[in-house]
Amino acid sequence: MDGFRRLAAAAPFRKRLHNHGQTLAREGRKVQLMEVCGSHTMAIARFGIRGFLPESVALVSGPGCPVCVTDPGYIDAAIDLAGRGVIVATFGDMVRVPGSRTTLARTRAAGGQIHTCYSPMQAVELAQKNPASEVVFLAVGFETTIAPVMAMLDTAIRQKVANLSLLTAFKLVPPALSALIADPEIRIDGLLCPAHVSAIIGADAYQPYAAKQGIACVVAGFEPLDILYGLDGLVQQLVTKNPHVENQYSRVVKAAGNPHAQRIIDHYLQPTAASWRGLGTIPASGLVLRQEFSWFDAQQRHNLVVQPGRNNPHCQCGEVLKGKIHPAQCSLFGVACLPDQPLGPCMVSSEGSCAAAYKYS
Amino acid sequence: MCLAIPMKIIAIEEDGLTGTVDLDGIRYPVGLMLVENPSIGDYVIVHAGYAIEKLDTVEADARLALFDSLAEVYRRESGQEVALVAPLQPGTGES
Ligand code: SF4
Repeated sequence: MDGFRRLAAAAPFRKRLHNHGQTLAREGRKVQLMEVCGSHTMAIARFGIRGFLPESVALVSGPGCPVCVTDPGYIDAAIDLAGRGVIVATFGDMVRVPGSRTTLARTRAAGGQIHTCYSPMQAVELAQKNPASEVVFLAVGFETTIAPVMAMLDTAIRQKVANLSLLTAFKLVPPALSALIADPEIRIDGLLCPAHVSAIIGADAYQPYAAKQGIACVVAGFEPLDILYGLDGLVQQLVTKNPHVENQYSRVVKAAGNPHAQRIIDHYLQPTAASWRGLGTIPASGLVLRQEFSWFDAQQRHNLVVQPGRNNPHCQCGEVLKGKIHPAQCSLFGVACLPDQPLGPCMVSSEGSCAAAYKYS
Repeated sequence: MCLAIPMKIIAIEEDGLTGTVDLDGIRYPVGLMLVENPSIGDYVIVHAGYAIEKLDTVEADARLALFDSLAEVYRRESGQEVALVAPLQPGTGES
């Protein structure tokens, strides 16, 4: 796989992007591309890919990091559960996300039982090892993570694990893209479509944006050459005024996605309105457990209502996630807000725009 | 959260639902429920401990060849050798 990292092969892209950029500049056009996915954001920062782009091509980050779009009220609810003696199992990034008042990391330091997992399966093991306790898994994520969490739930049900439930805050990428595209303050000409979300939903999911809204769409892998090739494809589509969906990551992504993953998601979950940091409430942009499986819903089992939380009023994550400002334009960036003391979620995960911008700037 | 590196399936449990993947000699348990007909030797993309898709190695090789041919065009047109350089430094721009 080393070949994908052979950055020397980037030279032709540099030249092609430069030529395209001159064509756009001659026509007096400036185009804006958005990379939706947090892993793209991180790779773009790490490999200095913005430096490859001509002036007529701007690249902005989108809302593609599940941690970053999580409402502080969700963290408050998880902290509340830990306070009641529930064992909270979560992906590592979540422990540092600021809630309205404190974080899960500080709750753990104060004696709360917070376990970090790299796989949701570890939550099942935790529940089996602690039969006398209730375990709640913090089920956040986009399509790529939703499928594994539902596979875990399927296993838990088959193994009759009764002391495990999910605090869901699942989010779907296409409705968020529709909301961003509809926002008159943001102008998106092209989408660098996420690699692994697309593995689940399929490249065809972006057809409406290209066909109806004239937005160039390229599904690209995570290697630096993939990203450069993807940006090259987007700019090429815009130069030739021929927006369509191009799947450049066909080594993993199929046109219709992964039917197994789609089936398991659909079996357990149904759409609901969800609130996104910066984007507000978007209809049918989240997923909750279907009525038949409400036993596994931590909110119902523990009689808990997730209330909207309070964001740090100076944190501009909402604007960053919409691609309206660059992280460095936030007055707290690198001053009061640092990766080891994040004030907003975008500084927490390595995939967050602020963390990526800080680490590689 | 996304690990983009393909890992190789080296063992599958009897129930076909779990297995082991290998990455450079390091082994990890993996859920196989989300992929169709997983077989030993398949490369899979793993996310949160589950294989979410198999890697199409023919496509992967084709992409590699394409990157190589691009480098070749550059070599011919510019007369410059496209050396295997170290990873780009942040901020490396068009010079
Ligand atoms: S720098 Fe910190 S406070 Fe500012 S937008 Fe980013 S995460 Fe929020």
